[in-house]
Amino acid sequence: MGKMTIDQFFELLKKYDIEVLEGVTIEGDLEIEVEEGAAADQSTLAYLYTVVQEVQNFLYFANMAMGHLANVSNLLGMPMPFGVQAPQVPQVPQVPQPPAAVEEVAVPEIKLPEELIKAKFEPFKVEYPGKIQEVVLGATKKDGGTRGDVVVLGGEKSLPFYLFDTPQPNLPAVAIDVFDRKPALAKAVREHYEDVLEDPADWAKKAVKKFGADLITLHLISTDPLLEDTPANEAVKVLEDVLQAVKVPIIIGGSGNKEKDPEVLERAAEVAEGERIMLASATLDMDWERIAKAAKDHGHVVLSWTQMDINNQKTLNRYLLKRAQVRPEDIVMDPTTAALGYGLDYAFTNMERIRISGLRGDSDLAFPMSSGTTNAWGAREAWMKDSPIENDSDWGPRELRGPIWEIVTGLTLSLAGVDLFMMMHPGAVAVLKEIMGTLGGKISGSVADPGDWIFMEG
Amino acid sequence: MKVKSPLEVYKFLPQTNCGECGFDTCMSFAAHIIDRSVKPENCPPLIKDAEKDPKIKKKLDQLIELTSPEVAEVVVGKGDMAIKIGGEDVIHRHEMTYFNPTAFFYDVWDTMSDKELEERCSKVIEFKKFYVGKFLTLDGFAVRCTSNDPETYRSVVKKVAGYGKPMILVSLNPDCMRAALEEVSEEKPLIYAATESNWRDFLKLALEFKVPVTLRAKDLDLLKSLAVTFKNAGVEEIVLDPVTEPLGEGLKGTYERVINLRRTAIQGEDKDIAFPIMVTPIAAWLMEGDEVEKGYWETVLGSLFVVKYADVMIFRSLEPYSLLPLVTLRFNIYTDPRTPVQVEPGLRPIADPDEDSPVFITTNFALTYYTVESDLTSANIKSWLLVLNTEGLGVEVSVAGGQFTAGKVKELMEETKIEGKVKHKILVIPGLAARLQGAIEDETGWTVKVGPMDSGRIKGWLETNWPPK
Repeated sequence: MGKMTIDQFFELLKKYDIEVLEGVTIEGDLEIEVEEGAAADQSTLAYLYTVVQEVQNFLYFANMAMGHLANVSNLLGMPMPFGVQAPQVPQVPQVPQPPAAVEEVAVPEIKLPEELIKAKFEPFKVEYPGKIQEVVLGATKKDGGTRGDVVVLGGEKSLPFYLFDTPQPNLPAVAIDVFDRKPALAKAVREHYEDVLEDPADWAKKAVKKFGADLITLHLISTDPLLEDTPANEAVKVLEDVLQAVKVPIIIGGSGNKEKDPEVLERAAEVAEGERIMLASATLDMDWERIAKAAKDHGHVVLSWTQMDINNQKTLNRYLLKRAQVRPEDIVMDPTTAALGYGLDYAFTNMERIRISGLRGDSDLAFPMSSGTTNAWGAREAWMKDSPIENDSDWGPRELRGPIWEIVTGLTLSLAGVDLFMMMHPGAVAVLKEIMGTLGGKISGSVADPGDWIFMEG
Repeated sequence: MKVKSPLEVYKFLPQTNCGECGFDTCMSFAAHIIDRSVKPENCPPLIKDAEKDPKIKKKLDQLIELTSPEVAEVVVGKGDMAIKIGGEDVIHRHEMTYFNPTAFFYDVWDTMSDKELEERCSKVIEFKKFYVGKFLTLDGFAVRCTSNDPETYRSVVKKVAGYGKPMILVSLNPDCMRAALEEVSEEKPLIYAATESNWRDFLKLALEFKVPVTLRAKDLDLLKSLAVTFKNAGVEEIVLDPVTEPLGEGLKGTYERVINLRRTAIQGEDKDIAFPIMVTPIAAWLMEGDEVEKGYWETVLGSLFVVKYADVMIFRSLEPYSLLPLVTLRFNIYTDPRTPVQVEPGLRPIADPDEDSPVFITTNFALTYYTVESDLTSANIKSWLLVLNTEGLGVEVSVAGGQFTAGKVKELMEETKIEGKVKHKILVIPGLAARLQGAIEDETGWTVKVGPMDSGRIKGWLETNWPPK
């Protein structure tokens, strides 16, 4: 073989068998002469490639390149192949090495640092200029009501449970739904209320005493013209019963009939005078002005309900504030809850956007939010016995699916900023309260070592 | 990603509209870089020129840096089964979208009997849940070393690798980890975990076997120090585990650590910790309680951190009450909010309808469709449901926007041959589409009845309106 440049030499290394290496000589600065039929140890191949790569990186520095070649030759147990000695390179010992040593260094040595490089974590801070309105539900004796205690919603200055940003003055509250007629309930829910379904007052009592409800939502669904069409005057008697039966704040709902609801809520506002109940709900497609007036005249709170649309929510809130002259401390919003798997992503993002807008200073959206979390039971995964889909894996017992569907729906929306949950399953209420209390810093406890799962048997 | 507009990307491209990338113009390619469906490396001329010209190489590197995700993307596993974690760009999904769904790994351990191991692995492999037109599945195995014996671990890891799914190898013992890696490093498992005490050994393993590595530390200064040290030593694929504490103040602290890590990576632009985050809901199994309580709490922890920034998780419970909500929530949170989810247009028979059953129509916006469909199914209403292609928009919006028109209704009715399936000629339209009543009657010749605003009220509506007088 004739003369070649280092570049060609490296090309050759890549192309040819490594045997050509033995007896490499070099002439002048960058010319290497290779003897045909030379042989070298196969095991050095990998290392040589590493060297080749490195040398290529430093190709501009011929001296260094030669230094590497000197190393190569040492490793191969060959005499230095260079016709010239590379200047300014630390002298490499040229002692021929036994083949055994060759094998040892064949694996690239990984250089490990002795010490950790110390670094400091500086958490990025987020501050919002706005604050969510505080809304008081219920009134005690000193404020002209008969409630044992009030529930305060809102007051956040940062995202939910971001206690490391700012303290959260009020953790979310949970209301349990009570109906003035037997509603269609999933079996897993119904079995907890079987004994009280006929009597809303007993139902409310059980929800508070046994299941820990912070509030009661009484739905006067029998007023629906498509159902019993109970007259408003008569329907609100149940409200009086419930106010007698429990001491927690009350939320009153109609049937959702847009002609009838304003009248029902008006009557409810009258009979609950002084109790600071919440009227559920004012919507854009019903007489919101009439409902707002009822709340104003009797000192109640109004729930502003829109269908998953931040702009509509803003519009309705502005109507209530500007046109109906409702005070900001008397408004709660329901931007609509969709169940896990049935639009929860829309509900979550809509609420999260509303909350962030409020925190950023949009006072038209800076109100506490309420969620009809019971909607989770509309998901077939919550109530259906088996999957209707042929190739689905087994869905398991529905008694265990339903509550977790309600929990996960609620938990997700709590992370979007919901302050008030309307729920039904007592187990779901307990678990959601537990996780929110924990994130809110109210529940202590620990495990011995959180890393034990790494080793646990079984 | 540091750039927001295709124009900013365009100026880095050759601007020749050569089409080699598969798009007609460089501007179109630039737009796809912005929506992250392609990368700068997918421009062949740019790559070719960069090899020759150091100036262009510099430009390319700059573009790659400007367009790479804020949080590093790490790949676990190989081939078709490989799964990407991290790669996120935003704090809130409405700011763009979340990209790589949280990967769910399920634990097995090396002191299980062969039979138990097979049963558990099969369950993970076989699980599927139908949702919005596809089956949701689980991602892989976290193989824990409970024997503390390298050879036992090696053989079990090898067995589990046979299932072909991505793996996390869980052992703090470097000898056990080495044995497993000698067997399966080619499968590119994620190793778990380097800690304050074993980090040198694990650094060596990560470099030697070229596998992604999890760094585990509760103290975020320490976690960052580990990350900086590993990165500096040449490890690129890093996952951070800020330690999951399952309850009480510990859980509150975990929430804080996870949020601070992600927020500091994206908003604080701290590249040293801009890596995928690992959360281990399996820690719920350290609590007191029965299986259901633990499984429930594990699901609660999983849900919490699916919403808040976990990129990869290790779980225990394979019960349906854990799996169904978790895979559904993950799908919901990681759905791209910029494109409405759609279903196939067409005709759906509900509850075995006949020629006297009512005919309803709704849109192909997935949320609307599934609401109507489940309202009809739940109430066991025998009916025919026409699904109109409104380009994924809901009823109100599509009526206003012209995607829900009498002409399109007519086309759909012809395509689905609904006329041959029923004796009557009555179509029930959504209450929110009431204004189209006359137009659809004129177009189709059918009688059009306006149904309720909410499909939940269809049952009550039918009581007075069906059968028609």
